[in-house]
Amino acid sequence: MSATSLDPLFWAMCGGFAIAASGALAPAPRVARAVTAIGSVAGAAAGLWLACLVLAGAGTVSIVMPSVLAAAGGLSFHLDRLGAVFLAVIGGVTIPVAIYGFGYTGGYGSRYSMRWMSLQTGVFLLSMSLVVAASNVLTFLLAWELMAVTSWLLVITEHDRPDAVRGGLWYLAMTHMGLLALLAAFFLLGGDQTGAWPFEALRDGAANLPPGTRNAIFLLALLGFGSKAGLVPVHVWLPRAHPAAPSHVSALMSAVMVKLGIYGLLRVALDLLGGGPAWWGVLLVAAGAVTALTGVLYALVDDDLKRLLAYSTVENVGLIVLGTGAGFLFLSLAQPTAAALAFAAALLHVVNHAAFKGVLFLGAGAVLHATGERDINRLGGLIKRTPWTAAAFLVGALSIAALPPFNGFVSEWLLFQSFLPGVASSRASVAVLLTLGVGALALTGGLAAATFVKAFGISFLAMPRSPEAANAHEAGWAMRAGMVMLALACPALAILTVPVLSAIGGALGGVGGLPAASTTFRLGVILETPHALARMSPVIIMAVLAAAGIGVWMAMRLVSRGSRRIDDTWGCGRIGQTSRMEYTSTAFAEPLRRIFGELYRPTDDLTVTEQPGSPYHIQAISYRTQLHPWFERGIYDPLVRATQTAASRVRALQSGSINAYLAYIVLVLVVLLGMVIGF
Amino acid sequence: MFDMAGIAVEIGQALLSLALAPALVGLIRWLKARMQNRRGAPIWQPYAELRKLFRKDMVVSRQASWIFHLAPFVIFGSTIVVSLLVPVLVTPLPFNAVADLFAVVYLLLLGTAFLALAGLDTGSAFGGMGSSREMTIAAISEPAIALAILSLALAAGSTNLGEIAARTIARPSSALSPGHVMAFVALFIVMLAETGRLPVDNPATHLELTMIHEAMILEYSGPYLALVEWASWLKLFVFATLAGNLFVPWGLATSLAPAALAIAFASTLVKLVIIAAGVAVLETRVAKLRLFRVPELLAVSFVLGLLAVASSFSVR
Repeated sequence: MSATSLDPLFWAMCGGFAIAASGALAPAPRVARAVTAIGSVAGAAAGLWLACLVLAGAGTVSIVMPSVLAAAGGLSFHLDRLGAVFLAVIGGVTIPVAIYGFGYTGGYGSRYSMRWMSLQTGVFLLSMSLVVAASNVLTFLLAWELMAVTSWLLVITEHDRPDAVRGGLWYLAMTHMGLLALLAAFFLLGGDQTGAWPFEALRDGAANLPPGTRNAIFLLALLGFGSKAGLVPVHVWLPRAHPAAPSHVSALMSAVMVKLGIYGLLRVALDLLGGGPAWWGVLLVAAGAVTALTGVLYALVDDDLKRLLAYSTVENVGLIVLGTGAGFLFLSLAQPTAAALAFAAALLHVVNHAAFKGVLFLGAGAVLHATGERDINRLGGLIKRTPWTAAAFLVGALSIAALPPFNGFVSEWLLFQSFLPGVASSRASVAVLLTLGVGALALTGGLAAATFVKAFGISFLAMPRSPEAANAHEAGWAMRAGMVMLALACPALAILTVPVLSAIGGALGGVGGLPAASTTFRLGVILETPHALARMSPVIIMAVLAAAGIGVWMAMRLVSRGSRRIDDTWGCGRIGQTSRMEYTSTAFAEPLRRIFGELYRPTDDLTVTEQPGSPYHIQAISYRTQLHPWFERGIYDPLVRATQTAASRVRALQSGSINAYLAYIVLVLVVLLGMVIGF
Repeated sequence: MFDMAGIAVEIGQALLSLALAPALVGLIRWLKARMQNRRGAPIWQPYAELRKLFRKDMVVSRQASWIFHLAPFVIFGSTIVVSLLVPVLVTPLPFNAVADLFAVVYLLLLGTAFLALAGLDTGSAFGGMGSSREMTIAAISEPAIALAILSLALAAGSTNLGEIAARTIARPSSALSPGHVMAFVALFIVMLAETGRLPVDNPATHLELTMIHEAMILEYSGPYLALVEWASWLKLFVFATLAGNLFVPWGLATSLAPAALAIAFASTLVKLVIIAAGVAVLETRVAKLRLFRVPELLAVSFVLGLLAVASSFSVR
């Protein structure tokens, strides 16, 4: 294997994203849109190709630029296989999203600055790609912060909508809280080393750190990267900011950007620190289970299509962290084979979730585009007016609900299997923890199926519930193309499970002492987990399922000779069906909301107006229900209040009078001079 | 590695399940009727129903989209794939390596999800109500199934059905271990919930407010209704065979010898009759639970699964 330099391809990727950003110089919004789309696709294609080459072991990227920011140690890039997995996700999602975005932003030119948006999109894509290629702390943090700021700007694109601005503010506050934690983590990790803290030096140094420092680094990294990934309880920004962004940006954020939080966690805790004591894994399993259940429970009851998807992102991050936690746990128990399986399952879910969450957000964007509605209770019947969107959304919904034969099923199955060696472990505490983890995983899967039956069934089936839904129009060619590409990726990834998984296994080989892929699980058409615990073949299941369905269809054509009549839906003898007789999104989720009522603690408000004179004749009934996550109130309200109080105290200093400011300057000068003389 | 004889027996097994499923339902109905001092319809009544429905005309709602037309085939197809996996006569067969118990659960969930979508598709309030309830019960029964599978897998060292059955055949005493028995009860409760039997759903009801399965399929008629009903009977058959042949696999053939197959056929029939009798007794004795009491029943199943895992841990 020759280490061919792939630097030119890396530069091509950066160049593509730079072209995308150069849309800022375009003379007209239409040109800006086209330039951004073409540049993004070119950059993403180069990035995807680069990632595939690195994963295939065809070369590496190593770029050192000591002269840039020389005082801080200079920039440096090195794309290893772990980073390449994430770069492949970035590239793979960006291509369809950029094509879709060209169509989606068509209506934006008249209201918002398309040129600003081009700049932000290009820089956002570039910074995400640089995060996974950075090989020293300076480069990493610069790219990280650039990604945070550009994504925040993209969230507030529709700056005339208060919810977008408010969601953006939450995001800005949380991401900087996270950055603070990351800075602290890296300072502890870097310690007394000089320069820009290259990752190799940190990796060597980390082994000699005292356990207390290592634990502190892990916790800070968990807080910092967890807030980007959307771990409960630092997920609060995600369901506010992701839906507020333009839909193709929502897709990028949910399908790609949150995964970089997972990347960071793996990079620091697994690669640099090389794993840790068992309680790291226990903490991650617990956090993952809580995150997955919280996410899916709130997704289930949400009536806003885009916020539902954002909560489902929280859920899926929870599943990924659950697998990661099992990996750390096995690593600390000296079961590297089981650990490699768990990490591989988590990374496979990273890849798969990118595909189906991408198509779901694009689908929700197409619905929003077609109707101007995000409220599921006002949608309905869209399958007839927007058939392409409906079909793409259905594929995404089935995949995310982990139903065979799509890709979500494969990674969820692998997550289940990765828990089994732990349940069979000789330590009772580990066995009980992972058994509960399996329970949480199964409940999450079941609730996700209910959530997406609701999301698809209420939005797209039956009769339209509002004039907007009744007059919906199908998306244009660009939006359709983007959605179809990502929808096709869902079955394609299920078919390609074996090569994808072997690439992931190769990426994990050697990271943090994990064994190479070939020893961890046997791959063929049939997946086999270590110690022959389980065997499964997504390809054959898909083929047999299709054969069975088609066979039954053909058999039925032979057997039945009856005619087919079109008539009204049965209405107990009543004639004239209206959409008011249909189940709504709120009604669909009601049984589960009641079952988990203790967790939701909703505030219901039922007012019955009686006919004057007779309590038996009712004039009107109004039902209003509100669901505000109570734990957010418990955690964040005091924080927000404390910040506001502190800010109002500080405001007393800022009187606005120049004289007072001059006095402060003089005062500080005197104190400083006094200190200098005193020493 | 896929021998032709094995595949032929595999497909034959699935066809056998398909052929016997209506008889199982007919048997349960007949036994119930007898216990309730009714004469009851003959056991082959479900075959007559299927025959009638397949020859009938079809009425399709004006609101129905292609989901409504696709759903019967997905439901029927996925249930057939499951029946290919379940050891009715012989184990292990070639298809055993293709999917394990988790895959079985998710294949059945695929059918459930499409049935729920079809229920929503026609825009009737009943359909929506049935879908909502069906998905509720499906969601909260998942953890109980997962833990029951887990306890079986722990004992056998694999989640594939062939290995689980083979392990209990090799060590008959393990069928009486407390973990095994608790896992059986847990799976039996889940079977009642998943196949729409009492006390979760009443298969004989036509009272709108209590329906779950019936409410979802209200708009189906003719051949589509036949497919959906047959698939739900097949699902019951699959669960009953699972309960019989995974937990008490004695009699199951491990080779393709004709004598072994004959013994396996006879023993499977006996087990199915016993399970049918159990379901019939239960449905005669037990009243339907309120919908919001069902989670408690499934929680019992979950706890049993947890205890089964814990006991298989402590025994080992």
